[in-house]
Amino acid sequence: MATSHQASGIQAARLDAAGIAENFSDLHPAYDAHEAAVAADRCYFCYDAPCMTACPTSIDIPQFIREIQAGHAESAAKTILEQNILGGMCARVCPTETLCEEACVRETAEGKPVEIGRLQRYATDTLMEKGEHPFTRAAATGKKIAVVGAGPAGLAAAHRLAMLGHDVVVYDAKPKAGGLNEFGIAAYKSTNDFAAREVDWLLQIGGITMDYGKKLGADLSLDGLTSGYDAVFLSIGLAGVNALRAPGEDKDGVRDAVAFIAELRQADDLTALPVGRNVVVIGGGMTAVDAAVQSKLLGAENVTIAYRRSRDDMGASRFEQDLAASKGVKLMFNVMPKAVYGNGAAAEIELEYTDVTDGKVAGTGETVRLAADQVFKAIGQTLEGQPDALALEGRKIKVSGTGRTSVTGVWAGGDCASGGEDLTVTAVAEGRDAAMDIHSSLMG
Amino acid sequence: MADLTTEFLGIKSPNPFWLASAPPTDKEYNVRRAFEAGWGGVVWKTLGSEGPPVVNVNGPRYGAIWGADRRLLGLNNIELITDRPLQTNLEEITRVKKDYPDRAVIVSIMVPCEEQAWKDILPQVEATGADGIELNFGCPHGMAERGMGSAVGQVPEYIQMVTEWCKKYYSKPVIVKLTPNITDIRHPARAANAGNADAVSLINTINSITSVDLDSMAPEPTIGGKGTHGGYCGPAVKPIALNMVAEIARDAQTRGMPISAIGGVTTWRDAAEFMAMGAGNVQVCTAAMTYGFNVVKEMISGLSTWMDEKGYTSTQDFIGMAVPNVTDWQYLDLNFVTKAKISQDDCIKCGRCFAACEDTSHQAIAMSEDRVFTVKDDECVACNLCVNVCPVEGCITMKEVPAGQLDERTGEVVSGDYANWTTHPNNPSATAAE
Repeated sequence: MATSHQASGIQAARLDAAGIAENFSDLHPAYDAHEAAVAADRCYFCYDAPCMTACPTSIDIPQFIREIQAGHAESAAKTILEQNILGGMCARVCPTETLCEEACVRETAEGKPVEIGRLQRYATDTLMEKGEHPFTRAAATGKKIAVVGAGPAGLAAAHRLAMLGHDVVVYDAKPKAGGLNEFGIAAYKSTNDFAAREVDWLLQIGGITMDYGKKLGADLSLDGLTSGYDAVFLSIGLAGVNALRAPGEDKDGVRDAVAFIAELRQADDLTALPVGRNVVVIGGGMTAVDAAVQSKLLGAENVTIAYRRSRDDMGASRFEQDLAASKGVKLMFNVMPKAVYGNGAAAEIELEYTDVTDGKVAGTGETVRLAADQVFKAIGQTLEGQPDALALEGRKIKVSGTGRTSVTGVWAGGDCASGGEDLTVTAVAEGRDAAMDIHSSLMG
Repeated sequence: MADLTTEFLGIKSPNPFWLASAPPTDKEYNVRRAFEAGWGGVVWKTLGSEGPPVVNVNGPRYGAIWGADRRLLGLNNIELITDRPLQTNLEEITRVKKDYPDRAVIVSIMVPCEEQAWKDILPQVEATGADGIELNFGCPHGMAERGMGSAVGQVPEYIQMVTEWCKKYYSKPVIVKLTPNITDIRHPARAANAGNADAVSLINTINSITSVDLDSMAPEPTIGGKGTHGGYCGPAVKPIALNMVAEIARDAQTRGMPISAIGGVTTWRDAAEFMAMGAGNVQVCTAAMTYGFNVVKEMISGLSTWMDEKGYTSTQDFIGMAVPNVTDWQYLDLNFVTKAKISQDDCIKCGRCFAACEDTSHQAIAMSEDRVFTVKDDECVACNLCVNVCPVEGCITMKEVPAGQLDERTGEVVSGDYANWTTHPNNPSATAAE
């Protein structure tokens, strides 16, 4: 007998296995062949297509959709993967509603874009199900390159470098590759262990050695890497988490959303994962939505997202906001955490209403208290553990358009580097482009 | 509600929608279902001579091509005439006609090109009480190999000869069904007219192979690894049928001859178009085979609604109205000038007009950096391709350049006078317009 929604405190087994399985099934189920044909047929094959311009990896979308139309999903997959080796994951996690599908002319015409993301998934799934890897390595160059961080940027860079004939060692502090694809991102976007399967598939290119449990600053040093390798690519992500800076933050039940999501993603049995009865998530980005929705799906009774600015300023797209609302998550805007109350463990959170003037948030003095036995902090991640030698821009590693850092021979990309949005697809583009630049600088 | 009652060759039917001679009208069971659904008439599937009936293949009889979402656009068949005994068909026709006196029942016939064969079957058909006969001179597959069907329809002399026999041995209306597998439809129509046919019906199916199976390297439909050409029909053939109907409707020798139009009629609109082009009624097959007999309900309500909107009280009011506007190319007004105009409010910026014009036409559409598409009047020849490829209906339109205004492409002021190729200075055989 599962614990009910109403059971107080942070409890496991609020839902039984069937309820969990249903809640965590695929958010966008895969197309079958006929559905894909019908969806593909909606593409107008635009000239100089706006969707392609909107894609950070510049996938030739009209071309791959036409290949699906003509019955060659594998060719479509190759068109995608040539530009974006993690096209399978991007098909699942890209906020297409603010990228390619927002730009689709059918969005303009009828508010219903061609479902590019799902078509991309159909193509890449078809290829990957065959176990085929469509790329081969160029002749060996004899060059060795170190990649630090096995997230989307690191994997994209490693694959491109291996393809160009270089030998690559990928280090990661965790015991597993994938980065946020594996440890972040809502489970219903990457079902059936897709992130790990995609990594295995990607590594079929050969020439890439994975070395886990190695952390920059502890097990690895930048000097050691630059002297041991012909080039270094850093894709260390954002390991730090911003604090609430509110009294009571240290109480039991207050934790980082990213840690909760990582635990959830690695859990073998979600019925065993505890979640609060009254969950409050502080923040307004994708991480906040992922934590809130999954709390609800685990069986929390009340889940609230509390964001300090307005709906329009929210980092999570309107689609994500609607998804949260449809799962029963309450969205509160213009509120910020003032204090967490409770005797040892959190029991209530006090939120203060805000005004935003000239972009600056200020409390109005009016407050509201919500029951909160679990509080997730999703107010942004920060760069942590980066080598001192690297110049920063803002709070990220300063890089050129092709990922060059201030240190010769060291490139960086993904969330840790300046420029671009913190998205899987952007990280892939940065990793790929840095790899091309490393290649040309090494091969002259 | 407009009255859809139609009189064709003196045969009354409650609406102008007849089922064409084909599998849907092969037997009593289907025809009763059709009449219950509301069809105005049927042309019974083609009868052959007395004796052992023809046999059909035991593999696939149909092939098809599809549009989006497997919408059936074209159907091809290699089925022969009825494969049931003549007596069975005659008995069923008699019963059905007796039970549905208000519906048209026409009997399609295909027997060898010998007078005796026709002399034998016609009195038996007459005895059924059916309203008329249709001579199947159209089927392009199977029966044509035996000297019947389109093998007759392709020889005007045979058409006239057989039609004359039918008029001799049968007292009711004789409709001659024409094959489109010829070079000029006017010749078989004139032959039917010369043989005193009461009407022509067209088109029968077009010779075709729908596709090739690239694994077995055989044409579709494939029977035991081989395939043969079959008759093509459905929405894809409508433009071909419409032209052939128009040619007969405006030919000096056949003008005014009743026409029963066949070829891709799927909705009321198709029927209205064929009738405006001179047809007294229409025959339908593929739409019924695709969607079932209930499609006739939309055809009936749609035609009636349109007639009400236009103020037509009878189908006679609009039959043939478009015929005077069909002419030869040489008589088209060369002083009629239009230019494409793109509505920026409706444009969704797909750029298909640009790609089409830039790559395949006259480089008359400009594209700005922010994807605004505009027509260059000094290059636009008004070909209409941009209108045709635009996915938004009504976004691109052709606007007439009125007389007295400059045509920026030619640098000449548009003349208000009608002028055609026959008098054009570039025409070596031009007759001086004096």
